[in-house]
Amino acid sequence: MAYNSKDTAAFKGVWVFCEQRDGVILGTGYQLLSEGRKLADDLGVELCGVLLGSDVNETYAKALGGYGADRVYICDHPLLKDYTTDAYTKVLCDLVEEKKPEVFLIGATNIGRDLGPRVAARLHTGLTADCTHLDVDVEKYKAFLKTTSTIDVDNTPFEDNKNLKMTRPAFGGHLMATIVCPDYRPQMSTVRPGVMQTQAFDEAKSQQTVLEKVDVKLDASDIHVDLIEIKKSAKKLVDLIGADVVVAVGRGISSNPTRGIEIAEELANVLGGVVGASRAIVDAGFISADHQVGQTGKTVHPKIYVALGISGAIQHLAGMQDSECIISVNKNAAAPIFDVSTYGITGDLFKVGPMLTEAIKAFKASKG
Amino acid sequence: MKIIVCVKQVPDTSGVVAVKADGTMDRAAMATISNPDDMNALEAALQIKETNPDVKVCVVSMGPPPTESMLRECLAMGADEAYLVSAREFGGADTWATSNTLTAAIEKIGVDKGDIVMCGRQAIDGDTAQVGPQIAEKLGLPQVTYVTAIDYKDGELTVRRELEDGYMTIKVQTPCVLTCIKELNTPRYMSVSGIMDCYAKPYTMWDFNALIDSKWIGAVENVGLKGSPTQVYKSFSPPVKGAGTMLEGADKATCEKLVSILGEKHII
Ligand SMILES: Cc1cc2nc3c(=O)[nH]c(=O)nc-3n(C[C@H](O)[C@H](O)[C@H](O)COP(=O)(O)OP(=O)(O)OC[C@H]3O[C@@H](n4cnc5c(N)ncnc54)[C@H](O)[C@@H]3O)c2cc1C
Ligand SMILES: Cc1cc2nc3c(=O)[nH]c(=O)nc-3n(C[C@H](O)[C@H](O)[C@H](O)COP(=O)(O)OP(=O)(O)OC[C@H]3O[C@@H](n4cnc5c(N)ncnc54)[C@H](O)[C@@H]3O)c2cc1C
Repeated sequence: MAYNSKDTAAFKGVWVFCEQRDGVILGTGYQLLSEGRKLADDLGVELCGVLLGSDVNETYAKALGGYGADRVYICDHPLLKDYTTDAYTKVLCDLVEEKKPEVFLIGATNIGRDLGPRVAARLHTGLTADCTHLDVDVEKYKAFLKTTSTIDVDNTPFEDNKNLKMTRPAFGGHLMATIVCPDYRPQMSTVRPGVMQTQAFDEAKSQQTVLEKVDVKLDASDIHVDLIEIKKSAKKLVDLIGADVVVAVGRGISSNPTRGIEIAEELANVLGGVVGASRAIVDAGFISADHQVGQTGKTVHPKIYVALGISGAIQHLAGMQDSECIISVNKNAAAPIFDVSTYGITGDLFKVGPMLTEAIKAFKASKG
Repeated sequence: MKIIVCVKQVPDTSGVVAVKADGTMDRAAMATISNPDDMNALEAALQIKETNPDVKVCVVSMGPPPTESMLRECLAMGADEAYLVSAREFGGADTWATSNTLTAAIEKIGVDKGDIVMCGRQAIDGDTAQVGPQIAEKLGLPQVTYVTAIDYKDGELTVRRELEDGYMTIKVQTPCVLTCIKELNTPRYMSVSGIMDCYAKPYTMWDFNALIDSKWIGAVENVGLKGSPTQVYKSFSPPVKGAGTMLEGADKATCEKLVSILGEKHII
């Protein structure tokens, strides 16, 4: 029978695309499997990881089970070594058409956001972009809305079904929208890196994972680009997403950016964290783009986020407002950053920053 | 040779953003601009035209009739022809349906050997970055997204594609679709002579019936809200976290106070 994306009853299972670069699986894959596990449990179906590459390392494939996958489809082919839109789209679409998953999640990396729309267009289904929250269970979705929206949840009717409810920011973070794809399968979404939490690795579960090799049909003539080179940034990139503490600087440092960044580094050092930045500081060239927090940068939720001279534009908040404790220093008492801060100090970061570092050092010394 | 650039008129989300009580955007209350990434795409096309005089740059947009003003600006920047696709039937589209309509229009303009279709990476209102790749799929063309540099010589196209941790250099067959980001270039302003000429340049408007014969359209069920696999289920303003504690002063004592609170709460 011909593949028909409208035959919703024929689709079963939750899939996660596990992106690898240079043979190493990206953290987004683990985050999505952890989240996908919850969805699969709510639906009572299997969770599958999909791994494309060349000479795929089976230990890595098994590890996906430790984050929740019941099964891992391995698509191993020399032409899948590095990402090309053409090859990855063909292999994924062939597999979806054969196995028919009902949910398909892809990390919203630069590669995922190239691949997702192309796959969805070929399969004739919907795709929700850059999601930050997913639910299938209506009660869980309602509980989510209660804490994150002003919708009068108890007096609003909700259809009771297990369609995937995909929530995402739009209009530069000014609006949240929950998108559904009721009549087409798979229900696809790209999911923003760093938003979903990775669950603890489960060794026993990893041993039970079924590895299934896929018969890949791919030919050089399927690929219409020549990948000439992949260049990594020479510098070691800052690991914002994994950090417990982020000390971020904004345009408030611009009277003396070198000193401003130094102050942030010193504070980050005593707290065991890393330095982040607003886009204003990245665009001005004072710090490299891998430090940027926000809508077009990284999403972080550290235990402590310190904002030095950051006004709190909505696009910046989009990347940090879920931090556990937010401490802000700004000389303008009316700066919007204070509206999301746990603790605020109205003052000059060039003075307050170093004093804070000293106070923490003293505190740590007193504790031995 | 032709370069077709897709441009979208968008509300300026960096300015005053108005959200209505029902959780939808009050577009009428917001200023409109040309989508920033699309201006980088147009600039790239115009630069290729400067060194390859036989290149014709066509701009195409789907939107309500006032979108004409943006298309005239594109002509004033140096584009040669403009196409506006506008009809009620196209309204309320998701990216699947939007790309059906734009693909139909692009095919009607005509994609020939050696041509290039350019988009912005992402529109600042819908924010999906999906329309470019979906047009590419429907046109059956290769795509490169996140383009930060373009080298076009003797019909050979080599581009740089940004990754989070570096970049790829890719030689791509034409015709193809590229989606551009702001690092690519700085868009030019309209020139005085361009502004004088922009009303004399070819400007075409297509409604639903003009495109109905496309295999991507065929019937109203394939465009606009009706042709969209995704639906907006709920929309709402993001929550504002309750403000916390403002500390008094900004001196040594303030910092020590803060640190002792953090210590008591086992945050540090
Ligand atoms: C599509 C789009 C995407 C965007 N994406 C992002 C993103 O990902 N991340 C992001 O950060 N931004 C993003 N922005 C930009 C965002 O809108 C703001 O322009 C930016 O966050 C402002 O940075 P800032 O707070 O450092 O600067 P400003 O808004 O200029 O604020 C500087 C602050 O420093 C304070 N200050 C000045 N001097 C001192 C001092 N000596 N001591 C203490 N305080 C001082 C001032 O009171 C002010 O509050 C985006 C914008 C758009 C349109
Ligand atoms: C709150 C909200 C959330 C949404 N979420 C989704 C979603 O998750 N999935 C989904 O499928 N749809 C979604 N939509 C619908 C989507 O915004 C529309 O389909 C829109 O027409 C195209 O998407 P975009 O604005 O994201 O464009 P993008 O895909 O970001 O645009 C990329 C490029 O395509 C070109 N382009 C896009 N639109 C046009 C146009 N009208 N004319 C000319 N060129 C154009 C431009 O070159 C642009 O730079 C959402 C809409 C809203 C209001």
